[in-house]
Formats: sequence, C-alpha cells, structure tokens
Amino acid sequence: MSITLKHVAYVYMPGTPFEHQALGDISAVIEEGSLTAIAGHTGSGKSTLLQQFNGLLQPTAGRVLVDDVDINPKAKKDRAAARAMRLKVGMVFQYAEQQLFEETIEKDIAFGPKSLGLSEEETAERVKEAMRLMHLDYETYRKRSPLALSGGQMRRVAIAGVLALRPKYLVLDEPVAGLDPRGREELVKTIRHLHDREHVTIILVSHNMDDIARLADHVLIMNQGRLVCDASPREAFAQENLLEGAGLKLPHVMALMKELRAKGLPVRMDCLTIEEAKREILNVLKAVKGKGGKKHAQ
Amino acid sequence: MAWIELEHLSHCYQAGTEQEHRALDDVSLAVEEGAFVAVLGANGSGKSTLAKHLNALLLPTSGVCRINGLDTAAAADTGELWKIRQQVGMVFQNPDNQLIAAVVEDDVAFGPENLGMPPDEIRTAVREALACVNMTHYRKFAPHLLSGGQKQRVAIAGALAMKTRCLVLDEPTAMLDPQGRAEVMETVCRLHEQQGITIVLITHFMEEAALADRVIVMADGRVADDGTPREIFRKAAALKAFGLDVPLATELGLELRASGLDVPQDILTDDELTSALVTLADYPHGLTAATREGRG
Amino acid sequence: MLSDITIGQYFPGNSILHRLDPRTKVVLLFFYLVLIFLCKSGISYGVMTVLTAVLMLLSKVPMRMMLRSLRPLWWIILFTFVVHIFSTPGEELCKVAFLSVTAEGIVEGFYICLRLVLLILLSSLLTFTTSPLKLTDAMEALLSPGKRVGVPAHELAMMMTIALRFVPTLIQETDRIMKAQQSRGADFMTGSIMKRMQAFVPVLVPLFLSAFRRADDLAMAMEARCYRGGEGRTQMKALKITSIDYVAWGFSILLIAAVLALR
Repeated sequence: MSITLKHVAYVYMPGTPFEHQALGDISAVIEEGSLTAIAGHTGSGKSTLLQQFNGLLQPTAGRVLVDDVDINPKAKKDRAAARAMRLKVGMVFQYAEQQLFEETIEKDIAFGPKSLGLSEEETAERVKEAMRLMHLDYETYRKRSPLALSGGQMRRVAIAGVLALRPKYLVLDEPVAGLDPRGREELVKTIRHLHDREHVTIILVSHNMDDIARLADHVLIMNQGRLVCDASPREAFAQENLLEGAGLKLPHVMALMKELRAKGLPVRMDCLTIEEAKREILNVLKAVKGKGGKKHAQ
Repeated sequence: MAWIELEHLSHCYQAGTEQEHRALDDVSLAVEEGAFVAVLGANGSGKSTLAKHLNALLLPTSGVCRINGLDTAAAADTGELWKIRQQVGMVFQNPDNQLIAAVVEDDVAFGPENLGMPPDEIRTAVREALACVNMTHYRKFAPHLLSGGQKQRVAIAGALAMKTRCLVLDEPTAMLDPQGRAEVMETVCRLHEQQGITIVLITHFMEEAALADRVIVMADGRVADDGTPREIFRKAAALKAFGLDVPLATELGLELRASGLDVPQDILTDDELTSALVTLADYPHGLTAATREGRG
Repeated sequence: MLSDITIGQYFPGNSILHRLDPRTKVVLLFFYLVLIFLCKSGISYGVMTVLTAVLMLLSKVPMRMMLRSLRPLWWIILFTFVVHIFSTPGEELCKVAFLSVTAEGIVEGFYICLRLVLLILLSSLLTFTTSPLKLTDAMEALLSPGKRVGVPAHELAMMMTIALRFVPTLIQETDRIMKAQQSRGADFMTGSIMKRMQAFVPVLVPLFLSAFRRADDLAMAMEARCYRGGEGRTQMKALKITSIDYVAWGFSILLIAAVLALR
C-alpha cells in the first residue's frame, strides 16, 4: 500500500497572464510505514505537491493514487470511494494552531470525527485516542480552551484534531516551525513515537535539513516544481551539488564532518545524528593514533 | 553611563486583578552603546516583555528603564516617547504583521513621516535604508509578494530610516526558512559591525546567539545568567534545564569530552571544534597518502 | 480558488492620465458625471461620448480591459433599454403583446443606456489610471478641509491604507484555513444554504482570531515606529499639482461651459 504519484503536473491559473507551472511531471511512491521527508526551498513547489495528496488541489495532468485508488476519479460512481480515500491522508498545515476554533480542546478535536458523521461514543473514543497519541492528558486538558495553551501545546491539539480522523498517512508541513527549543524537541520525539510505535506513515515537509536528517528514512527533494531526488537520506545528502542547486544546505552535523574531513581527519561524512558523529570521530581518532600518527602532545 | 540601563525593573500584567502576572521580576541590566546582546529564554520567561520596555511600548510597574539617559516613564508623562522610539527600532516575530503600507518604500517612509521629516529628507533616508538591507530592487513591490526574509529586512529598513541607533529584534527569524534566517542574521551582523548599531536580539536559535558578544539568559522573569557566549554555552546542562539548547558544535564537543577526549569545554563554532579535533589527532599539515591508504 | 481574486483594477502605466494628480482626477470625474446627467440634446451627448473616447485612448489602457468593466452591468443596461422602449409615451411603431414600442422610447432608451455606459467607463478610467494608494491620498487631501468640523480625514485614509495592505494577506489566510478544515472533513460545497453557512463557522472563528491578533501586532508595530496620529506628520510622496493639471482644468472648464450651452 502506498501513495503513488503518476506524472503529476499542476498549473496555477491556466489561461491567464498569471499562469504558472508549479509542478511538472512528478512520479513518486510513498510507501506505507515510511517516514518520508519532502524537502525544498520556499517556492520549490513542495506546498503545491502536498496538497495533491488529499485532493485539495487536483492535478492538471497525471494521477494521484492512495492505496491504488485514484482520488480524482472521472466517473461519478467512483467519487464516494475517492472521498473516503482522501480522508485516509491527514493534513497538518504550517502553524496548524491557527485553525483551532472551538471553546474546548475536546470539542475542537471532535470536529473531524463529527464531520464524518460518527456517533457520540465513537467520537469520544477517537478524541481520547488522539490526545493520548499527542501526549495530552485527557482529564487535564479536555475542558480547557485551546487558546489558553502555549504555542507547542496548541500545535499538539491541532495535530490531534487531524489524528482523530485516524489517517493512515499523516502529512506534517513544517511541524516544528516557530517553537522554542523545548517545544521543538518534544514534538520531534512525539513524531518519532507516532511513526515507530503507532505505525502511522508520516510525510514530513520541511526546509530544515537537520530535522529531516534525524527523522526521515526516505527523502524527496523538490526544485522549481520538479522532483530532483528520491533516495535515502544518506544518498540524498551525499549529492551536495544537487542540494545546493535546490537552495538547500547540508544537515549541520554533516557540514561539520565535511569540514573536519577537509582539515585532514578521514571521517565518514554521512553522519546524520550527533550520536553517529561522536562514534565516528572517536573511532577515527583511535584508528589514526594506532596507525602511527604521532601521539598527542605529552 | 550605559546606553540602556534597567534598574530593579519589574513588570506586572493586569496588576491588581486576579490574573496578575509578574512577567519581569527585579531585573537590573546595563548595555553599552555598540554592544551585540542576545537574550535567550524559554517561552514565558519574560524576554518579550523586556524587549517592549526598551522601546517604551511597556512602562515599568516598578523600577527604572533608561534609554540613552531618557527615563521611559518620565518621557511618557511629558509626551516625548517618540524621542526614545526614534532611537530604538523594533523588529517583531511575524513578518506579515508589522508592515503597514501596501508598497515597500512607503512602508519604510512610515517612521520618518511620523517624525515629521521634510519629504526630501525622507526620500534620502528611505533610499539609504533600503540600500543598507539590500532591498533597493524591491522598493516598488507589495509586501505580500516578498519572502519572509525580505519582509523582515524591510522592517529593519523601516527602523533604519528613522536614524535609529539600536535595534531590538524579538525572534525575528522564528517564522523564516533557513535562507531567510541567514539573510536577516547577515544584515543584523553587518549593521552592527559597519554602523556600530547596538543590537538586542531575542532568539530561540543558539547558533544565532553564538554570534553575539554577550548572552543574557532569562528564566521566570529574572536574569538567570549573563556572560559571553563561551561562558554561557559551556553550561549545557543548566541551559537545558531552562528549556534551552546549545550550539551543535558545543554539544558535540561536550559529548566527546565526556567520552574522554581532551577538547576544550568552551567551543562555540564548527571551526573551533574541527580545529581542536585535528590538533588532537596531531595532523597539523593534513593527512599523508600513507595514512589514507592505511585507513582505507 | 480564493487567491485567484485580484483586488482593484489598477492598470500600471505612465500615460498623461496616470500622471495627473489624483485630486484633479477625482474632482474632474465628479464634474463630468454631473455633466452627463445634465445632457439633453444629441450634440451634448455626442461631445461627452467623444470626450470619453479620447480619454480612453489617452489612458493607453487596452480597450478590451475597459470594455470588460462593463460586463457585470450588461444586463442592467439591457433591462433599462427595454423598459424605456415600452414605457415612453409617443408615436407607436409596433406592438409586442399588449405593450407598444414607441420611436421616442427607442431614442430615450438609447440615451439612457449611453449615459450609463459613459458613467461606468469614466469611473473605471479613474480606477484604471490611479493606484489605490494615490486614491487614498486624494481622499485624505480632499477631506482635510473638513477636519475643522470633525471629519477624521487622516484616520479614514490610514484605515484605507491598512485595508489595502491586508486584503491580500487575509485572502491567503482564508484559503489556508478553508483547506485545513476541509482536510478535517468540513464540507463547504454541498447541503442546504443553512448547512453551508454553518460550515463556515470553523473558518470564520480562526479568521477573526487571527485578524484581531494581527491588529494587535500591527498597532504595536505602528506605535514602535513613532505613530502619533495625523498631527505633525509629513508625507514622502506629497501630492503635487503640475502643468498637466492646469491644462486639464483649463480644458475642462471650456468643455463644461460648452456642454452647458449646448444641452
């Protein structure tokens, strides 16, 4: 099972002087169970791309399949099935806390399940589950106003509001943007947990290579409306020219290892986390000293 | 006398009500003219409240806030707040919510117009300010067509056009992409170095704070720590307890140190860390072909 | 969808009409509109038609764009014509059902329609050749004599400026919130009118919250930049009367006198 894009193209305002090709001939597969990152500089087409996943925008050419069902069917009889599939893809926009509108957190999270016409019990069940997944204590928070929370907590409520739809695929657009370091750290952990423990397929849209390096197992890189890279993070980040051409930077850890290498220490460059970098540096230093390098100043 | 002087400054929101909240609690600080100060602190630590006092957007509940010798509370009584605000430019977090006019150059002109400068002088000031932030090309653009980094640079130009001597930036890069963040930080550093503008930068990004020559850590409305970036960031554990972080190079350096490597404990930048490690391996002249084969 | 809307119909350019002082344009437009209502004879209508045509040519705005501004009002113009054909008493030409068509009706209907078309074209010439910002400045300048009797000219102009600045931002925002709620299962497209109106609550509440937050932020940013109201404020782009304006005024006075004599 997967989200599959087949030769997807998208043109904004066709036939007007403002016509603009935002996406051109994109084919890609996002496997169920993966944690896929879509990276790209602002204006690279990544926002347009993610809106194809649940039919918010319909491709001008090509097809989008969710679990093998075309979500933009031509025949009227297929529309209901397509709508059901669209809802399998949960969409969390940037600064998602700005979409909260109910008086209490519980009601806000219940908005999705209620719109689907689920029963009271089913809705309550899903609200509890979503709050548990986002590490929000049900009893403590359910009666509170979402507006009385900190930025990081508000964002959790907004994500819970999408999780309450029980999506199989969860698209997160810049989920940690604008949070303070603690908020960032906690949310990254929660996303990890959602993927590893709860087996939600996650599509992380970001221009922050550091977050991508430590989270993703699959990277799609967009540049000028085209897909320029579809690989594992290690392979993707090994192509520095390509990153640079797309207006992106190396993850900070890798940049540091690269600098170290340039200064003459033969370390592997493709370290994605601080932990990996630490081990590599310790290993290389040990090896270098063992192989006849002069001992460090006594 | 220091340029910015806070003496036992406290600020209460909704003082006298049940929701009374003491955002700043007995803060005393002095910042010299031409300094570059970074202010760190978790959400709710009082750093934004502090920033708003420097421009007299907020007045002290108790204590004194003096900017270039002008007491903000006294200036408010005599209607001379503009004298303070003209000298202290503010840049806020949300780039969309601080540009007023529908055309870039008109927005930059907003401050000078409020000060009643003659049109010719305004035109010169606007031209110079836009050149300072490299936005001359965009002077006729509508703000909603600019990137976040460009909008923040226009906001900086808006302050510069008032001949400001100090910029207070309240998380100016929080909502920007990496490129926008780099543009804004490059501009801020350049203004500090070339024009000697005093910078007070509130940020959640430790790498940005490492660029300053002084770091102030706020926690629960108080100054929890105050020193050079080197002095502050070596206390990684303490910073994490405040809900903060340290630059990547500092963190990796401290981890390596914990594993028994003899790297200095006050590393700030990538360059310092890599140099320390290379010295440690004792390869001042780079690797020889022999050792490279040896490893391969 | 919503982001496709473009606000105003300003057509950037550097024609004589673009360079005219906006105050001149607003005041002259007002006189011309009154003049059209005073027209009675074919000659006076002819003069006004020629004037409009000449101004359209001078503006260098593509004819197609100008005519497009008539499109939304096409039905009203046609309706007015039909009503006049049937309702004006006079020499009967023929009968449709129980209504009679009169020669006077056709002439009268034609004049009224011409009047409407000229009104629309002249007014849109103003918006085509004057940026909303300049219009705002003109409004402030023209209202400022009223300050003494309590007309808040500066405040009104400032409100206009801010509205112009934030319309595109709020449109983008509405689009985003709608999409976010749609992704949570909201349905704006189907159901009864009541149901659809209800569906907009989850869009309107966040939109208002955010608009208030923006207002708060903006007020602070303005204050931080020494805003103290209109008192003692100068303007970088102060409006200036140039020789073109004098020519426009001289020509217009002659024209007004001529039309009044010929009407």
